[in-house]
Amino acid sequence: MTQSNTSDTDQIDRIIAAHSALEGPLLPILHALQDAFGHVPVTAHAPICDALNISKAELHGVISFYHDFRDTPAGRHVVKICRAEACQAMGGAALAESVLAKLGLDWHGTTANGAVTIEPVYCLGLCACAPAAMVDNRVVGRVNATKLDKLLAEVGA
Amino acid sequence: MKDFIIPPADWKDERDMGTPAKQGAPVTLTIDGFEVTVPEGTSVMRAAAEAGIQVPKLCATDSLEAFGSCRLCVVEIEGRRGTPASCTTPVAPGMVVRTQSDNVRKIRRGVMELYISDHPLDCLTCSANGDCELQDMAGAVGLRDVRYTAPEGGMATHFAPRNTSGEANPEWRPKDDSNPYFSYDPAKCIVCNRCVRACEEVQGTFALTIEGRGFDSRVSFGAKTDDALTSDCVSCGACVQACPTATLQEKSVIEMGTPDRAVVTTCAYCGVGCSFKAELQGDQLVRMVPYKHGKANRGHSCVKGRFAYGYASHKDRILNPMIRDNVSDPWREVSWDEALSFAATKMRGIQAEYGQKSIGVITSSRCTNEETYLVQKLARAVFGNNNTDTCARVCHSPTGYGLGQTFGTSAGTQDFDSVEHTDVVIIIGANPTDGHPVFASRLKKRLRAGAKLIVIDPRRIDLVKSAHIKAAHHLPLRPGTNVAVVTALAHVIVTEGLMDEAFIRARCDWDEFQDFAAFVSDPRHAPEATEMLTGVPATELREAAKLFATGGNGAIYYGLGVTEHSQGSTTVMAIANLAMLTGNLGRPGVGVNPLRGQNNVQGACDMGSFPHELPGYRHVKHADVRDLFGRVWGVEIDPEPGLRIPNMLDAAVDGTFKGLYCQGEDILQSDPDTKHVAAGLAAMECVIVHDLFLNETANYAHVFLPGSTFLEKDGTFTNAERRINRVREVMKPRNGCADWQITQMLANAMGANWSYMHPSQIMDEIALTTPSFAGVSYTLLEEKGSVQWPCNADHPDGTPLMHVDGFVRGKGRFIVTEYVATDEKTGPRFPLLLTTGRILSQYNVGAQTRRTENVIWHEADLLEIHPHDAENRGLNEGDWVKLASRSGETTLRAKITDRVSPGVVYTTFHHPDTQANVITTDYSDWATNCPEYKVTAVQVSPSNGPTEWQEDYAAQAAQARRILPAAE
Repeated sequence: MTQSNTSDTDQIDRIIAAHSALEGPLLPILHALQDAFGHVPVTAHAPICDALNISKAELHGVISFYHDFRDTPAGRHVVKICRAEACQAMGGAALAESVLAKLGLDWHGTTANGAVTIEPVYCLGLCACAPAAMVDNRVVGRVNATKLDKLLAEVGA
Repeated sequence: MKDFIIPPADWKDERDMGTPAKQGAPVTLTIDGFEVTVPEGTSVMRAAAEAGIQVPKLCATDSLEAFGSCRLCVVEIEGRRGTPASCTTPVAPGMVVRTQSDNVRKIRRGVMELYISDHPLDCLTCSANGDCELQDMAGAVGLRDVRYTAPEGGMATHFAPRNTSGEANPEWRPKDDSNPYFSYDPAKCIVCNRCVRACEEVQGTFALTIEGRGFDSRVSFGAKTDDALTSDCVSCGACVQACPTATLQEKSVIEMGTPDRAVVTTCAYCGVGCSFKAELQGDQLVRMVPYKHGKANRGHSCVKGRFAYGYASHKDRILNPMIRDNVSDPWREVSWDEALSFAATKMRGIQAEYGQKSIGVITSSRCTNEETYLVQKLARAVFGNNNTDTCARVCHSPTGYGLGQTFGTSAGTQDFDSVEHTDVVIIIGANPTDGHPVFASRLKKRLRAGAKLIVIDPRRIDLVKSAHIKAAHHLPLRPGTNVAVVTALAHVIVTEGLMDEAFIRARCDWDEFQDFAAFVSDPRHAPEATEMLTGVPATELREAAKLFATGGNGAIYYGLGVTEHSQGSTTVMAIANLAMLTGNLGRPGVGVNPLRGQNNVQGACDMGSFPHELPGYRHVKHADVRDLFGRVWGVEIDPEPGLRIPNMLDAAVDGTFKGLYCQGEDILQSDPDTKHVAAGLAAMECVIVHDLFLNETANYAHVFLPGSTFLEKDGTFTNAERRINRVREVMKPRNGCADWQITQMLANAMGANWSYMHPSQIMDEIALTTPSFAGVSYTLLEEKGSVQWPCNADHPDGTPLMHVDGFVRGKGRFIVTEYVATDEKTGPRFPLLLTTGRILSQYNVGAQTRRTENVIWHEADLLEIHPHDAENRGLNEGDWVKLASRSGETTLRAKITDRVSPGVVYTTFHHPDTQANVITTDYSDWATNCPEYKVTAVQVSPSNGPTEWQEDYAAQAAQARRILPAAE
């Protein structure tokens, strides 16, 4: 346990160091942390504040501004369903409701087996192919119940 | 048509101008048909306000830069499309602005309607009722109806805890009452961002943020899990001051209601001397609000001045005079007459038996100039000796001596505004964020704007690194090696040819400079040579010296970490040398700036509190000065300097000094080597303590005269920038008399015939006798708000900057500063060096702040120790430890931190049950006897609890504090 903590700390320090020379390094650091850990670990807050010389309040302000940054790990896969206007118009809202009901989750919830987290997203830029969804980093257009079931089955929900 | 040409700043004009004042070339524009001329860069909003036209606003206030978020201040500008926000639009020549039209009225009303749709309509029961900008603006824009309601099913408001069916509203958040002085009620928040910006721009702590976005945006203290108390918040009150609604509100206002009258006065804590508005209902103080036209604080405050005034009405305060024959007896409450005649008889009796010089006074740096003047006059005119001293002896007496010798006058050279023009700052032996917080905020603002900082301090103080502030160089010297470090800086500057030769040739004595240059050029002063001694890396020191010499306007600010050493005066002179060497004197942004510890330390020194100096720093050996005072006072003045505090105590132990009148100072707790002080006091036959509380010194007193607080009297305080600020009687003295009246009654009981009716008469006498105060009068202070001495025929408006064209003494004098190590050395028995300081929430001996809610931040003194030293000794965080020196020992709890270097430990002296001064030794400054608080060789070891001395002391104190129940 201690071992893994130390290596986490090292990794956090490495990520911060790798980006701190950038202009406006905070967002790149947060993205890199989220890529590495699946979330922005609380243990990274103090080192970030220290490295960038900002207060913990400022860091909280930035992290909380972006819904994409998580403070706890998500499931192994993240499925995002678009809730913006075009997708809603094409039945996205009903689709999302049915998926949540089927999985017994609320937005941001994770299935009991830890496989999938369902998140809302507001526009994936796929309005022409609405309704749209995104599985991990792969966008999917023209989803319907069948297609979504298949996707969820693929990721083990 | 009325033509407005930048109206003169009226110090009583309290309107909110919306955005900060700017400086620049004049620009003329037309607002609502009126021509207005304002400096370039001014906002349209401020220009309108200058013309007397208030544009409605919510997110703007003149202490903060414009933000442009509320959209209430929109105006129409001819030739521009749309309706620009007047707060973010700068003026332009010939601009034609209309602040009112059907269109903007409609926009404003619409904006207001949206605000109010998410704001509770509980104005009548709201704590800000009558003092709410949202309420005012709703009135100003003529809001009559709110069409928007929360939709069925969901509750789209932040303020309703539950809907009508009793379901909880997830958007509602409870009040945060964790701070003892103010509450944060998210339900009332309009997210105008003023609090967040105040914390960032004004205070510089960055403790607040807006979390979330859109409808979820909320003001948040610190990180996600923090509340106001656990965040970085320092409780300065800037956010509360900035809040336009009841969201951030003083708890005293919530409890008592809005105040109905206000008096402008001066804070009685540190030497910054902030101006405050005391706001009251009748004689009940509701709150203290920083006064925006205060020239020292410019509308800012710290937790002490803003909130920690509760001691004035604390139950421990003594309100009746008390006497006793022996210190082992309980106190007896008596009438003023009885107490004063008892005291007078005793003092005169002592003089009859032991001689005229067997009694003396200690003046207070916390009382007013007028009171201090009277107390020293009591010694000189009534006692007939010069036995007067003041607590400046134990803090800034080396400043007086050092700056007197080099520049010719004993005071800081600048005003606080000067920091706005500085490029490189050296902070040495001071911790402004804790000791002088309002100055620190102004400094931090300048640092964020790009000025560089060099910190010379054994501890890693907050200024070394905190949000958006980072010192370019931190020189963590070993305590006691100031002179070596500052001389090494001079060595680098001289040997690398970075000095300002033109300035030195023009302004200083060139021959003396040659001697000085030869002295500092000696390789033994090179940073490489002194590195072993000082612990400061040579390369770091070299870089710091080069930065200071070449970085532009260089200012030096220093505190007691400079003066409270055996070479305190030498360090002050070394600092003065450094400023002259680099030509950093006589203009804004530079200078030598002592940060005075107490509110009126400068004034107490000015008023002749020292045994060798009459008011205005004139030596008693000069017959002409004695004659002047002799004529005014109608007495013969003793030409012999009197006793300093340590001499008084030594003489008391020897049996030749028997009576002391000690006003507003707790020498037993604040002076070094507590046991020696206790022995001295115990040996006296009459100790008169004049204070608010039964302080530690009062444990050895025979007469107790209850004092009045700064809220209860008229007078003046002189702050660190020589600024004479008015203290005004906000309420009548609860003890019946102001302190100056009490001193006068004592003098008259001893046969004097004083008849001052008001402190202004005392100031008139000071002006009459003291050249640097010649132009000062209460009328002038009333007119100007405040004035910086010298104020006389040559400088009728006072003197913000000293030594502009030449030094007061003529040519600036370089003095050779040889480093002589203190005799206080570490060794096998005492291997660590103790240095002392203070923290933000407590003040000095804590007599005031310990009697306020400030204890929530600091309930006991802690010993800071480096993890290495702690591990060697088997100490853990929070353990009881014994701290021992050759003078004594005490116990306190350990705090393990790498803010101190290995080999150095640090504590504060705010709590009498710790008595850090039991540890400090009797070594003192060679020139002025200022005690060496900052260096004591100590040992630290594990302990089980209080030492025997602490227990004996507590028992004696309890015994000595008994008061007999009133007769009848």
